[in-house]
Amino acid sequence: MSTGIRRHRIRRWQPALWVGAAALLLSACGAAPSTASKGGKGPIVIGASLSLSGDFSADGQAFQRGYELWAAYVNSHGGLLGRKVKLDIVSDASSPTQVVTNYQTLISLDHVNLVFGPFSTLLTVPSSKVAARYGYAFVEGAGGAPLAFAAGLHNMFDVSLPVKDDLVPFAQWIASLPASERPKTAAYPTSNDPFTEPQLPVAERILQAAGVRTVYSRVFPAEVTDYTPIADQVAARHAQVVLLGSVDVPTVSAFIQAFAQQHYNPKAFIATAGPDQGAAFVNAVGANNTGGVMVPNGWYPGFKNAASQAMVQAYIAKYGGTPSGVNSDVAEAYSVGQVVAQAVEATHSLNNAKIIAYLHSGVVLQSVQGPVQFDSLGENGKAVAFAFQWIHGTLTQVLPTNAPGSSPPVYPKPPWGS
Amino acid sequence: MAALYGAVIDGILTGGVYALMAAGLTLIFGVMDIINIAQGVLVVLAAYLSYFLSIRFGLDLFVGLLVTIPVLFLLGVAVEWLFIRRLRSQEKTAMSILVTYAVAIIIEGVLSVTFGVNYVQLHGWYVTRSFQLLGFYLPYIYVFGFLLAAALLAVLFVILYRTRFGRSVRASLQNRTAAQLIGVNVARVSTLTFGLGVAVTAAGGMIFGATNAFNPNSGYDLISRLLAIVILGGLGSIGGALAAAVAMLVVEDVVAVIWSPVWSDVVFFVALVAVLLIRPVGLFGRAAARAQ
Repeated sequence: MSTGIRRHRIRRWQPALWVGAAALLLSACGAAPSTASKGGKGPIVIGASLSLSGDFSADGQAFQRGYELWAAYVNSHGGLLGRKVKLDIVSDASSPTQVVTNYQTLISLDHVNLVFGPFSTLLTVPSSKVAARYGYAFVEGAGGAPLAFAAGLHNMFDVSLPVKDDLVPFAQWIASLPASERPKTAAYPTSNDPFTEPQLPVAERILQAAGVRTVYSRVFPAEVTDYTPIADQVAARHAQVVLLGSVDVPTVSAFIQAFAQQHYNPKAFIATAGPDQGAAFVNAVGANNTGGVMVPNGWYPGFKNAASQAMVQAYIAKYGGTPSGVNSDVAEAYSVGQVVAQAVEATHSLNNAKIIAYLHSGVVLQSVQGPVQFDSLGENGKAVAFAFQWIHGTLTQVLPTNAPGSSPPVYPKPPWGS
Repeated sequence: MAALYGAVIDGILTGGVYALMAAGLTLIFGVMDIINIAQGVLVVLAAYLSYFLSIRFGLDLFVGLLVTIPVLFLLGVAVEWLFIRRLRSQEKTAMSILVTYAVAIIIEGVLSVTFGVNYVQLHGWYVTRSFQLLGFYLPYIYVFGFLLAAALLAVLFVILYRTRFGRSVRASLQNRTAAQLIGVNVARVSTLTFGLGVAVTAAGGMIFGATNAFNPNSGYDLISRLLAIVILGGLGSIGGALAAAVAMLVVEDVVAVIWSPVWSDVVFFVALVAVLLIRPVGLFGRAAARAQ
């Protein structure tokens, strides 16, 4: 091949190479270096795959902040077993395929000491199997759907509230209302996601037993071109309470916008995820549309727990904003670090088999989300389900009504735009 | 029956918005044989520009278009000059996918660094309000979006079929070599066409941002739908993009209402395949477009 032809070919590919190199450089700016400690004196390296881009990027980056806040706290208090903690976080671009590759790389090539889980049940399911194959403890904070535990993996532990119980306090509260105030009809639109789908049937059974008739119950795909006809149908049925199975802010925002456009204001509106995203939720739906919107969870920024309040303050000191703007993902991630740290300190070891055995021993651990005790499946049996409501621009704990720290829920919900 | 009519109305109005987003994609392909994978991210970029003007200067979203349309036109010109023009004609179409994908990644990265990844949405009095007509509530934002789409597509039509520049564009579209021989500066026409295609996206991005919460990654969900629209409408046909966008949204919305939202995409793509089997160039494919 002559030099001339080679140069010609290089020139032909030059724009693509140039742009590709720039793209790689840009993406490299957001990725942490991949190194691991093999010795016993260097830092303890903890690997995690997070969705720093793609559909779950908002949650993934909130999780990254949670992990980093925890690592900063631990390192400022002497580290683990006297060693500094170093996080090796790689991006999976919200892909269930990439997350598998990432954990294989972290464990088999980078030889990280420990791993933390990714964001969402969708990514937890495949990645937990990789960790199980290598005998790593897999503690995570956002994979609490029944599907994640269906494989019966011995190494998987979810520090957060089991998903299927999320809507129980809300449904029980509606059922407990006096008959004259209780909604007569309910709608249950839900995204076909392992996080949302298990929640609605539990709530629907409670509400039907209380005489609340189902007028709409349909599943929609995770990515919808147009939410308007679905939301319009809910509005047309005049359901007095809406339980929306959502995984993100755009879904909730689309429904709220369509409801407002149709002049439809249910007496109560709860969404399984989205309203817990703090400032992101407020920015999307507009501050005057947040009033009365509810969300189930195991944590909120005003949670009466000293460690939680310290974490919120640390978050604001580092990233700015107000307590209401702190995403619950941050607390879920932070809790993962706390639980693993307690297991490491208790076993005086980085041996994953010992850590797994310890976590299965029935010991009660502490986290910013409250106490943690794993059952045989790895679910947190101590987690308490709450429901929170946006009241005057603040996410406020309202359910269970008799729980410490609960304020009376606003019912019926104020009209949109008020 | 009211639900069915409602779904048809929703589909037509939302289809107008999607047509606005897809118009630039089909125009660029028609003239340049460039498949602009960055179109989805450009829509999101346009939405962020509107967001910035709204938050920083309090500009109304529609008034903001007076700024965002020229800005995106210049961006389109710059992208064409920097990246597209250097592609050689033999592999231009295939290579354009790679190059514009890289452009999309760069824009997404810049947006992530500048605005973060939290979702935002555009707000204005018309975003959540609606008016009643024949028993249906019609959201102002969708009606305005549809009217804007009709107006901009009409302007594009006038530019393409009633101006000297438009004649040059169509000549380049039909036969680049022949166009050069009769004195058309094809390189300049390509640059301006790319700029025009990206500029139209400013309006689509603004309406998209007012009807959807978005973050820098939102463009990837969009691009597959936009490609489906321009393929159904016929690559290169602006009218085809409008017809296909409306058809896609009406089919999906009607299926969501009378059957199930889960089947919306399936039914549309089955219809798309059926149309392409009968008419491989799409509803208003290149041959038809050239005959206009």
